[in-house]
Amino acid sequence: MNLVHADPKTVLTGAHFMDGNHAACEGAIAAGANFAAGYPITPSTEIVERFAARAPLVGATFLQMEDELASSIAILGAAWGGAKSFTVTSGPGFSLMMEHIGFAAMTETPSVFVDVQRGGPSTGLPTLPAQADMMQARWGSHGDYEIIALSPSSPQECFDVMIDAFNFAERYRNPVFVMMDESVGHMTEKVVIPSADRVLLVPRRYTCLPPSEYLPFKPSPDGIPEMARMGQGYHFHVTGLTHDASGYPAINAQTQQELLSRLVGKIRNDADKIARAEERQIEDARIVLVAYGITARVALRAVQLAREERIPAGLLRPIVVWPFPEKRIRELAGQAKAFIVVEMNQGQIVHEVERGVAGRARTVLVPHAGGAVHRPEAILEVIREVAQWA
Amino acid sequence: MSATHEIRIAGFGGQGVILAGMVIGRAAAIFDGKHVTLTQSFGPEARGSAASVDLIVSPEPVLYPYLTRLDVLVAMSEEAYTRFVPELHPGGTLLFEQDLVNFQANRPDIHAFGIPATRLAEELGRKFILNLVMVGFVTGVTGIVPADAVRKSIADSVPKGTESLNTAAFDKGLEYALSQKLAAIHQ
Repeated sequence: MNLVHADPKTVLTGAHFMDGNHAACEGAIAAGANFAAGYPITPSTEIVERFAARAPLVGATFLQMEDELASSIAILGAAWGGAKSFTVTSGPGFSLMMEHIGFAAMTETPSVFVDVQRGGPSTGLPTLPAQADMMQARWGSHGDYEIIALSPSSPQECFDVMIDAFNFAERYRNPVFVMMDESVGHMTEKVVIPSADRVLLVPRRYTCLPPSEYLPFKPSPDGIPEMARMGQGYHFHVTGLTHDASGYPAINAQTQQELLSRLVGKIRNDADKIARAEERQIEDARIVLVAYGITARVALRAVQLAREERIPAGLLRPIVVWPFPEKRIRELAGQAKAFIVVEMNQGQIVHEVERGVAGRARTVLVPHAGGAVHRPEAILEVIREVAQWA
Repeated sequence: MSATHEIRIAGFGGQGVILAGMVIGRAAAIFDGKHVTLTQSFGPEARGSAASVDLIVSPEPVLYPYLTRLDVLVAMSEEAYTRFVPELHPGGTLLFEQDLVNFQANRPDIHAFGIPATRLAEELGRKFILNLVMVGFVTGVTGIVPADAVRKSIADSVPKGTESLNTAAFDKGLEYALSQKLAAIHQ
């Protein structure tokens, strides 16, 4: 696939001291996002606030919508109109977006959804962190579909994963999620933004066929259809109903089977290419901690403390959480006696770890209700207990 | 002092508490090569109510992002002082706005230094630059961040056109710290 450089006019090259929300916004702009719609909500507001301020300078548009349903459909319309688009929200708004997330998956609309997670359920803890929307990102809309989700651990990574998110969205024509949390969104650290020629972008997949030969949902050899440039004579139809290559409804089991296997297969079959994780001190680890987002930093501190006590602990930090790195967990289950899953919820990703481990090692959850991050010492306590029998 | 410093700057909204934290944090992170994590409490913080900002400055990557051992408390209001001084770690340093804080010498295990930051800011003609006077005072007393790094940070942090005024405020606080020779107030 041919990659293109970012537009130098949009990339704020240099070393900055900025929070994760602002860094995520700069990542989106560097990735070429030229449309955002949102209904501002704590703790995500700073992303669209900054985007609204930066939009006139980079030729982008920000629409403040009446709610999250409108925001989430506006970005899909913008994408079909040729924009690279995203929306930003937190738990309550994320719930409202679910209908259109399914629509994005069904219509294969390149789109990026940022969820800066706060404590829930419902309005919960507006100003405090949680990681309790991880399963909602995966399964929140009805029907079978696949998504890609990334989880950054620092303001720097908020910038970095936004680039990846837009690239995945274009590459797979799929909704992509950036699952931040309040801690990462609101903490301020050094963020280095590279020069534009070091930001590589996946361009929109446009058809080269003339309008008379173009079928909007006819898959390319890699299973993904090409889009048409609007206003150039192409006929197209976009529907949430089961559709054939023409884009028009075809309400029968065979079309459903073909469409579904393609929608699900394009992500599942490429899971290894999409996977991205950081591993720390994993080579000789008998106890593998699994954590993502802000929790991974705290878990790494616990690993350091455990190593000081000669406990062979290590950390697997999925940066791409969905598709889940099941294969890597399976591999590690051969060497590790125990997995400790640390997450700021009552047990979500732990189920994926258990599935990958498949009984070959013990899996222990260190949950947190949200509102604050785990203390490394509390995680260390669990590591010590597990080390007794691991 | 350990190589990692945990700093809290607290006062009331409108004093520029958050900007003071940003100036110090940016100085350490961008101009002095340190790892810095800045967090702030998010609440209904309108002008006049409590505001605070926390900084961890370390030679190592900061993993746990919140304070666990407060080394340096900068109190710019009575409320900030009474609320946070019990959290100051033994051997820690208290820096306070002496006209706004009713200092009680009841923590012999800490070092305490006062400055009339608001008055010094008024001498420069602008009361609202007391935050930069405090930043100068913090720089002079603690030495956590080199003064040159802070001057560069100020230029990148304050509104265009106010750089020289804010730098003058910084210098005023720095000079005050050095001229007082920093005799710790102990009872």
